[in-house]
Amino acid sequence: MQQKESTASVFKYVDWFTVILYLILVTLGMVSIYAASYDFDHANMLSFAEFSGKQFRWIGLSLALGLVILLIDVRVYENYAYVVYAGLLLLLLITIFIAPDIKGSHSWLVLGPMSLQPAEFGKFATALCLAKLFSSYNFSLNASNKNYARALMIIFLPVILILGQNETGSALVYMSLFFVLYREGMSGLILLAALCAVVFFVVAVKFTDTLLLGIPTGQAAVFIMIMVLIVAMLAIYCKEPEAARNVALWFIGSGVVSALLTLVNLEVPGLVFFLGVIGVALVYCVLLMFKTRARNLMITVSAAVVSIAFLFSVNYTFTSVLKEHQQMRIKVALGIEDDLQGVGYNVNQSKIAVGSGGMWGKGFLNGTQTKLKYVPEQHTDFIFCTIGEEEGFVGSSVVLMLFVILILRVLSIAERQPTVFGRVYAYCVASYFIFHIAINIGMVIGLCPVIGIPLPFFSYGGSSLWGFTFLLFILLRIDASRRERSF
Amino acid sequence: MRKDYNLAKRQYVIGGFIVIIAIIYVIRLFNLQVMEAKYKDFADSNAFLRKAVYPSRGIIYDRDGRLVVYNQPAYDVMVIPRDIKDFDTLDFCQAVNITPEDLVKRMTDMRDKRRNPGWSPYSPQKLLSHLSAEEYGRLQEKLYRFPGFYIQKRILREYNYKCASNVLGNIREVSPADMEKDPYYMRGDYMGDIGVEHTYERFLRGVKGTEVLMRDALGRIQGRYEEGALDREAVAGKNIKLSLNIELQQYAESLMVNKKGAVVAIEPSTGEVLCLVTAPSYDPTLLVGRERGNNYNKMMRDLDKPLLNRAIQATYPPGSTFKPTQGLIFLQEGIITPATPYPCYHGFILGRLKVGCHGHGSPLPLKPALQTSCNAYFCWGLKNMIDKKGKYGTVAKAFDIWKNHMVSQGYGYKLGIDLPGEYRGFIPNVDFYNKRYGDGHWSATTVISIAIGQGEILATPLQIANLSATIANRGHYITPHVVKEIQDTVVPGEYLERHDTSIDRRWYEEVAEGMRMAVTGGTCRVANLADIEVCGKTGTAQNPHGRDHSAFMGFAPYHDPKIAIAVYVENAGFGATFGVPIGSLVMEKYLRGYIPPERKYLEERMLQSNTIQYAGTKKH
Repeated sequence: MQQKESTASVFKYVDWFTVILYLILVTLGMVSIYAASYDFDHANMLSFAEFSGKQFRWIGLSLALGLVILLIDVRVYENYAYVVYAGLLLLLLITIFIAPDIKGSHSWLVLGPMSLQPAEFGKFATALCLAKLFSSYNFSLNASNKNYARALMIIFLPVILILGQNETGSALVYMSLFFVLYREGMSGLILLAALCAVVFFVVAVKFTDTLLLGIPTGQAAVFIMIMVLIVAMLAIYCKEPEAARNVALWFIGSGVVSALLTLVNLEVPGLVFFLGVIGVALVYCVLLMFKTRARNLMITVSAAVVSIAFLFSVNYTFTSVLKEHQQMRIKVALGIEDDLQGVGYNVNQSKIAVGSGGMWGKGFLNGTQTKLKYVPEQHTDFIFCTIGEEEGFVGSSVVLMLFVILILRVLSIAERQPTVFGRVYAYCVASYFIFHIAINIGMVIGLCPVIGIPLPFFSYGGSSLWGFTFLLFILLRIDASRRERSF
Repeated sequence: MRKDYNLAKRQYVIGGFIVIIAIIYVIRLFNLQVMEAKYKDFADSNAFLRKAVYPSRGIIYDRDGRLVVYNQPAYDVMVIPRDIKDFDTLDFCQAVNITPEDLVKRMTDMRDKRRNPGWSPYSPQKLLSHLSAEEYGRLQEKLYRFPGFYIQKRILREYNYKCASNVLGNIREVSPADMEKDPYYMRGDYMGDIGVEHTYERFLRGVKGTEVLMRDALGRIQGRYEEGALDREAVAGKNIKLSLNIELQQYAESLMVNKKGAVVAIEPSTGEVLCLVTAPSYDPTLLVGRERGNNYNKMMRDLDKPLLNRAIQATYPPGSTFKPTQGLIFLQEGIITPATPYPCYHGFILGRLKVGCHGHGSPLPLKPALQTSCNAYFCWGLKNMIDKKGKYGTVAKAFDIWKNHMVSQGYGYKLGIDLPGEYRGFIPNVDFYNKRYGDGHWSATTVISIAIGQGEILATPLQIANLSATIANRGHYITPHVVKEIQDTVVPGEYLERHDTSIDRRWYEEVAEGMRMAVTGGTCRVANLADIEVCGKTGTAQNPHGRDHSAFMGFAPYHDPKIAIAVYVENAGFGATFGVPIGSLVMEKYLRGYIPPERKYLEERMLQSNTIQYAGTKKH
């Protein structure tokens, strides 16, 4: 472990597969930016006045940066993790006050000819810091609530500062770190709860037009999903198959009875029906709990109660907590609203651009939608449009696959790390990529709300490219020394 | 190193998560890109500005090659709302001659999706149409001060003669319904409305060309797509030669001033309409330009209905002009011979039924009956035909045959003139009377007034003129039409086809002679010209709207007819007082080219007289 490693061994053990993936993605990104910003009148790929020219310069600098990162001693990252994190927090704080107002956000530091977005660098700093925390002696997430608090603080400090810069999208990225906490021992129930919250929210908000049993279909559907949740938790989480069967039979039976009553024109009021039926099931669970003293039953009951409370508060949350433009973005993404000149314009135009690509695409530089600047932000957040339009279904699927391969590769690198530091850091990297890919491509193809975050290696901009290069190459550096540290 | 293998399994949950997301996205991409075709169309209409290149519309000439309708350029002010910068509104308003309030109103109307379904802040919107040359000049000079505004050249119609509005028709902007019916049209295009402009739209409009331009999201033109490889040149519209004699039309219209009714003249040998007058009419230039909408609405509300083309859209009781058709049927069916006399005791009297008549000799055969327009004669004829059970078996059978003869003479159905909106008139059939009176509860006496063109019978002036042409041709007609030639192509075949009636040609000679006698010594003596042998038949139609309608039907010359005519003047009294003078003057004008001095008084009287005062304002 103390042995001094040579430069040669770094290059011997560096994960060349990831490096090549990185180079492929960066090159494709460069080409896409050229296509997205291509101007019919003056086309010069490398002119520094053009987006593509500038991006070319950024890529050159990134490669140099990557090399430097690989050459630095791996212990530097571990030892200076807190320092780097503290420095980044300070930078984020300063940025709020000195950054110029660009469309309401204060996130850009203007340094002479170039502008940088500190939030992009916060990602690797936070990852290092979190890895450092987890690798501290005898640290276990579930050992004490204090440890949870520490981990959450590390995640939320940059989030608060970035929200202060009015960059909601970049702040949301940090939520992906819950994947890391999950891997390190956080209860899966929390992820399940998050998933349920998102699904319940979407279903309850989206399907409000039609009625089922006198309540909005969405609400009724959520009630049914809560029933399924209770049965599933009883069966899998509480390991009470008999109870699960009883409850399931009770739900199905009462459902059949209410359906029969409806047939003879005795409609059961929906709210009373669902609350009554679920209530009876929960009372049964509580009685069972007194008998078996199983703590998991209590959690199951609480989960159901919280879910119902959540359902009732969704409407309130949606109309009172979210701002109007956020509501609008969500409505557009869920297909409730069709505001083609306003918020929906981006999404609609980007769907047109992607959709017009067909199976094989229109060919490089032949995309009419992106060339003529129909899609706003097409060289930054909406760069995937260009790929969709010019390279078609085949091209965009290939790009998506490349990202998935990269993420799976990072996950496998993570699991082969001999140190907790390396593993946690690698999971952080994977989590960021998952969030960026899922949200960015999702919004371009109209499946997610428009959250302004870049597509790694593709979106125009030095900060984003450098941020991801830092993230990935530090991982490669840590990974390259896994052998020396493995005994 | 401690490794918790239970926790290590969680990598598969995280890995599985992104794989599932990726699968969902690939399915979505497949749906968007491969399954859905609509996005491609959206993309094309987005990025390519298919700028229409408007062809010039076909020119319209009259039968002698006189220029009637031609084109003039017009200028619309278009605006791309997104490109508007602050500008001096007052300056703009002064240039185009509108008030600032008007400008604000137009801007709000333009943004109103209900009034303007094509609203988009990114694409050209029409703000003002039809600038005058002066306004155009003023605005053009200042245009650089108003970013976002530009001027679009269009084509409007110019008229050399202020007549024939209902025949010529006019052009109007296409409606959303038009665009739906024919994808050729785009917003802001013009198309023919009523008249020849409508019927021959396909020839007149030509073929729009396209210039394919690339435009960006802000609607800014980025240049021609592939150096114009996809551009198509516009093809000019075809010129049209009308069968109308525009000067005859103008003359006939002047005679019909201050009257309500119609004049239709046809060249019998060809079916070409020489003039087709409806009165009251209007100046065609009223429906050109910026005031078109206002003028149109004003005329729509006008109780005298200038927009109604009475020649083809008003259906009148034909009155005595109907009698020749009856004579022909009776002869054909053998009910009478040319020599069969019928009595007339100041009318047709049968039990309590009486159809009045005026004083003349009795009994009398067909020709004098036509000459004197004897009501009783034709009532007897109809009674003897319909009630002739020995020949036909039943009333219904007889009536059916009667009706078929009428249809073969061009009544009861549209003749098929090449003008839109023709009415079919009305010839009752057996079902109609069965429904009204009950099967078997009616006979000739029930329906006797149809024998003299009253009762349920309705005909358009065009049908009456066509009867006149049929008699002039001694038994056939060619569907009347107003277009003689279309540049580079032929007129539709139906306007060359000869329709023979179901009546022998020899009977027509009898009727023609009767009509000649009416002119030389009967009801149409005013039409008795010194050197032109005119044949005619008056009509005085009783109607529920007040004074009798004055009608005339005739042709000339007797042996080689060049013109057949029908005149119908509402509420003008006897056929002889207005129908005959106007009809004879128009025929004379056409055949001679002038009105001789001894008949100038008649012309003067027609020009000066006003019968619209008796017409009131009633429905037809």
